Amino acid sequence: MNPSVSQAFMAVLKRDLMLSYRHRNELLNPLFFFVLVVMLFPLGTSPDKSLLLTMAPGVIWVAALLAAMLSLEILFRSDYEDGTLEQIILSPHPLAMLVLAKVVAHWLVTGFPMLLLAPLLGIFMYLPEQGIITLMLTLLIGTPVLSLVGAIGMALTVGLRRGGMLLSLLVLPLYIPVLIFSASTVDAQLANLGISGQVYFLCAMLVLAITLAPVAAAAALKISIE
Amino acid sequence: MTSLTTRDIACTRGYRDLFAGLNLSLKAGDLLRVEGPNGSGKTSLLRILAGLAQPAEGEVLWDDLVISSLDSDYRNQLLYLGHKPAIKYELTPRENLTFAGHLADFSDRQSIDAALEQLGLYGFEDILCAHLSAGQKRRVALSLLMLSQAKVWILDEPYTSLDVAAVAFLEQQFQRHLESGGILLLTSHQPVGRISGHLRSLVLPELSLQQVDV
Amino acid sequence: MKLPAIVHKFSSPQHFYGMAGKLIPWVGWACAGFMLAGLYLGLFVAPADYQQGESYRIIYIHVPAAWMSLFIYMVMAVSAGIGLIWRIKLADIIAHDSAPIGAAFTFLALVTGSLWGKPMWGAWWVWDARLTSELILLFLYLGFIALQASIEDPRNAARAGAVLALVGVVNIPIIHYSVEWWSTLHQGPTVTKFDKPSIATSMLIPLLLMAMAFHLFYVVNVLMRARVQVLKREQNSRWVKEIIDHECE
Repeated sequence: MNPSVSQAFMAVLKRDLMLSYRHRNELLNPLFFFVLVVMLFPLGTSPDKSLLLTMAPGVIWVAALLAAMLSLEILFRSDYEDGTLEQIILSPHPLAMLVLAKVVAHWLVTGFPMLLLAPLLGIFMYLPEQGIITLMLTLLIGTPVLSLVGAIGMALTVGLRRGGMLLSLLVLPLYIPVLIFSASTVDAQLANLGISGQVYFLCAMLVLAITLAPVAAAAALKISIE
Repeated sequence: MTSLTTRDIACTRGYRDLFAGLNLSLKAGDLLRVEGPNGSGKTSLLRILAGLAQPAEGEVLWDDLVISSLDSDYRNQLLYLGHKPAIKYELTPRENLTFAGHLADFSDRQSIDAALEQLGLYGFEDILCAHLSAGQKRRVALSLLMLSQAKVWILDEPYTSLDVAAVAFLEQQFQRHLESGGILLLTSHQPVGRISGHLRSLVLPELSLQQVDV
Repeated sequence: MKLPAIVHKFSSPQHFYGMAGKLIPWVGWACAGFMLAGLYLGLFVAPADYQQGESYRIIYIHVPAAWMSLFIYMVMAVSAGIGLIWRIKLADIIAHDSAPIGAAFTFLALVTGSLWGKPMWGAWWVWDARLTSELILLFLYLGFIALQASIEDPRNAARAGAVLALVGVVNIPIIHYSVEWWSTLHQGPTVTKFDKPSIATSMLIPLLLMAMAFHLFYVVNVLMRARVQVLKREQNSRWVKEIIDHECE
């Protein structure tokens, strides 16, 4: 990485964090949503402890997927509308790197706070302490994957007038492996079985996503601005 | 050797051709003004030349190499300002230009402040762009013209929202750019006055095809 | 990477239009032949299954349909990729027109899988590994179709679809593996375990005949659709105008 690419990367990262800070009220919305969705389950089923405990990993993870998806708008929408996205695309730096910077900023203000909310939600669903820790581990590895894969979907739909519903159709099927493996990791932990295999697989998904998703999202952005 | 040429480029909208068989050849010091009624493809042409859009047919060449293969080497030489603001309203002028500078390798504070002052934004450097007038917002984006080292300027309706003083300043920048060997392409509804040099004009016909060589 | 000029000439829309027009009747009749042979052998001649009796016969539709659903996605993704990289319009058209056919086969696999499950499990749907994977694949198809439908410019729609299809192709093995894993974790019901142990020849032959029939069905269908798309996308070119004038006489 020659010096000016890393300089551009940091510039994009800092700028996006600064913009998020100036919109900090809006950032709370996906987090409220995350908590609300989990709350709906006991209300819709029953407050029975063993039922909620069985459902806990899946329910919390589904809520995380949905909250992550809702938050994807902040990635490119504003930049697309005021023309700064074009300027970023026209800069001489590899677009994939700049997209990665935006995704890192996105995760720091969406995925990372969800991680911090996990203990609260674990308590709502009667998860024991070890379960909560495993849940947080899966969120730590999984939510960046959600941001990365979501970036591809957002890049494809940012130029469309009503891209919101289409975004969910594109992105949720791609989220399914993360859901399956994360939830089953916590399940395995609760049954006192080994979790290292699943964790390695989640890490492999993260590595694959970091390598390929920015490239795909960059290609999609160039198409969307036409 | 600075040359921007096109080879038989065509542009379509939907299933109709806007223009086809267009050959341009621009060299250092050239200014090309693209005119035509709304919908004739002026913006599309500029975007194709900037590499933001792909032509339906044909190629754009920089120094005789296709720009899609040149990739960042061409983008290094390019400054494009379109219809959109190109600045973030939630940032101040100084923050906007510092960010642009990090992407384009000019980021010292003095030149940024000097540019803002030249554009009449002295005292407004640290106010959020959201609170500036339309003309002031436009001038923040135009400060890039002072700061950029790009050889090719592609500007879509640069005169929008500008008062007389700003127009004069703008044309000064155009002159400076052309004299130092740059290429300038722009669209505007008003003629470009007070500039000496190699001025050419391309009129895009409305929704009809013509072999045009400029 | 530049392609030799002959590829561009061969894949020109006009050339394709003529060639496809000639191929369609041949492929169509071949498809009908294979279909009849396969259905006859599968429904009447092949013996009843030891465990499942007559109801197993739906595999002669279900299994080839499932194979086609994956095969067509691959063709769609490769074709879209070719269109994206080398800007060949015909590749864009084939990808665009393969999607609904692939989605239809996926839907057929789901419906036949569900019908198969009813006599076995007494339920209209079970979360079997393969059925679940097919269901997710259906959504991948629907996403592709919806994305292309929402972009007006055909060239941009093709390019966006290509990115999505290529991302999908990378994800399909991951999704498949994840669903398998999930299914074994929970000891789910299996409707579709028919291809694991070696299958009797008398059952294999009709299966292969049906598979061939479905492949030919896809080819006929995509050729017919692509011819229409070619006319639509090239509507301003002289050769299309001549055809239209000719047809309207």
